[in-house]
Amino acid sequence: MDKNVMNSQLPASNSQAQRESKHRVEVGKWLLGVALAACCVIALVAQTPQTPPPAPQQPSEIQLVISGEPGTPPRYAVPDFVALSPDASDAAKTLGQVLWDDLNFEREFYLIPRDTYSTIPPARTAEDVPFAAWRELGADAVVFGTVQKTDANNVRVQVRLYNVRTRQSVFAKEYTGAAANPRLYAHTISDEIHQQQRALRGVARTKIAFSSDRNRERVAGPVQNRDVKEVYIADYDGENVRRVTTNRQLNITPTWAPDARGIAYTSYRRGYPDIFVALIYQGLQETPTNGVAQNWLPMFSPDGTRICFTSNRDGNPELYVMNRDGSNVRRVTNNPAIDTSPTWSPNGTQIAFTSDRAGTPQIYVVGADGLNLRRITTNESYADRPTWAPAPFNEIAFAARSGPGYDIKVYDLAGGETRQITFGEGSNESPAYSPNGRHIAFTSTRGGRGVHVYTIGRDGKNVKQITRDGNNYTPSWSN
Amino acid sequence: MKRVITLVILVLAFAVACAKKPPATAGAQPAPPSTTSAPPATPPPPPARTAERIEDAVPVPSIGEDNISNRSLEDLNRDSPFKPAFFGLDSAELDDAGRAVVAGNVDIMKKYPSWIVTVEGHCDERGTAEYNLALGERRAVAVKAYMVALGVAPDRLRTVSYGKEFPFDMGHAEGAWSKNRRAHFVITSK
Repeated sequence: MDKNVMNSQLPASNSQAQRESKHRVEVGKWLLGVALAACCVIALVAQTPQTPPPAPQQPSEIQLVISGEPGTPPRYAVPDFVALSPDASDAAKTLGQVLWDDLNFEREFYLIPRDTYSTIPPARTAEDVPFAAWRELGADAVVFGTVQKTDANNVRVQVRLYNVRTRQSVFAKEYTGAAANPRLYAHTISDEIHQQQRALRGVARTKIAFSSDRNRERVAGPVQNRDVKEVYIADYDGENVRRVTTNRQLNITPTWAPDARGIAYTSYRRGYPDIFVALIYQGLQETPTNGVAQNWLPMFSPDGTRICFTSNRDGNPELYVMNRDGSNVRRVTNNPAIDTSPTWSPNGTQIAFTSDRAGTPQIYVVGADGLNLRRITTNESYADRPTWAPAPFNEIAFAARSGPGYDIKVYDLAGGETRQITFGEGSNESPAYSPNGRHIAFTSTRGGRGVHVYTIGRDGKNVKQITRDGNNYTPSWSN
Repeated sequence: MKRVITLVILVLAFAVACAKKPPATAGAQPAPPSTTSAPPATPPPPPARTAERIEDAVPVPSIGEDNISNRSLEDLNRDSPFKPAFFGLDSAELDDAGRAVVAGNVDIMKKYPSWIVTVEGHCDERGTAEYNLALGERRAVAVKAYMVALGVAPDRLRTVSYGKEFPFDMGHAEGAWSKNRRAHFVITSK
């Protein structure tokens, strides 16, 4: 039986880690306590309860995939999970709702609204799933899940995905682990169903980092009335918000390391912008640039070994690449104009960035070695924050000035065409791709109450507000 | 004589600042840029009479020379002798008004030769968050260069960009934006 351990690595103790490296300082001690709940995943054998498995049949991916009517996405029903112990009823509701939301997010399936399930008798066991009733509702697939508290702090979650027509279970898993965050089980199930049914890497377990003034604290110092900004992280759906930095200064432009365990960001904690890396599950912090001039807007290379950043060390803002530990700094751009806002190509050989060398901020692409410069945007009055999509999408999103504000546009590198995905609903800035390239996080003033992080499909559909408190800026989407 | 005029201007500016209630959100910052080429915050006074009157007047305690040198850094910056220089949209060039303001600030720095000053470059929300970090840097560096050209030792000046992170005016119209595109001067050591 296959047994995966999710996130079982325990956080190192602060004191021990500090002894290990004097360059590392503790950050957000409390984060230790909120590291992702560890939980175990046990794959059950996919069952076919109705008919005994016919003798030597070749197992095939095709048979496991549930399809809908020709030309339409399969219709999924996700009712509440069944609480097998009385104290699990809240978790059972949460699991059903969150799994519904997660499966809906990628728009690969049609999720039948949950408020239409009331006429269908809830199943108590896998044996009494009312397939006929689900079929009547038009469902092609139905989820049956259970949750049980195994002790005060732990749960067991079982889930099956049934093909309503064949009444076969095509997906069956059991998870055990901490009871603290039931949403994580739903996120995991969603990602695994997307993987199995669509060979799609879902984003339900990813996180979004951003900078926010939500704590309404004021920076201490000689000038009054300046709002503190700290780095926060949230689940991809905006839930489960955690504060990462706690220095009550300006902490901005967070960007995830590819391992989703580190966040590089710009902090003014020393009175000028410099780059810090928070190791969020260890409560440690690294200082790769460490006060050599002023440095900002770090961006990890896709393999996580290097960081591209903006620095004024040679007199004006230029791009540099260094190893993650700060060694081997190499200059990428060399121009008296501003060069900033770097983003890496998926294979790490090129960097797109913003330069105003032609008079206004425009997007350029250059080799990571500084060679082969070319300009990307030609029809914009002002373009900034290029963000290179992950494979297979060969495109760069950016913010373009339009009227009084900005809109998100996407440049197709193969065709050389630009498409627009926001259309003047407030001002829209700072695009950041999801790791599967199908979504973009960005900031917008469209709600009329401050600046918030939203997600949107790369086709411009499915806008979803992620933050609700304060003002929120420069999102970065984790792997 | 020049010294006297400077003092007169300072006193005048302070009197004006006192007469106007500072906006609720204001910390250590003066009025928006004037649309004329005159230095901001010193409206054209009836010069001769006012000047005479103030020369004769007993200085209000809080603005005396000794009080400036005796005050704490925090108090000094809260009610700063320096004025901000303002910029045009997307620009880091000092216009005539901006140069006049910076020249006035240089005079103050020459008067207090021990002061070390940080020139902060700020931007308005019409620019993007990321590019503005660099534009603010360019504004601060441009102001520092002009101050050095006017005779301030470079090691007395530091620069830092805050992009659009610390707007002076939280509004969302040109009235606010023009106040936010600024170089702000902070005394960091005296």
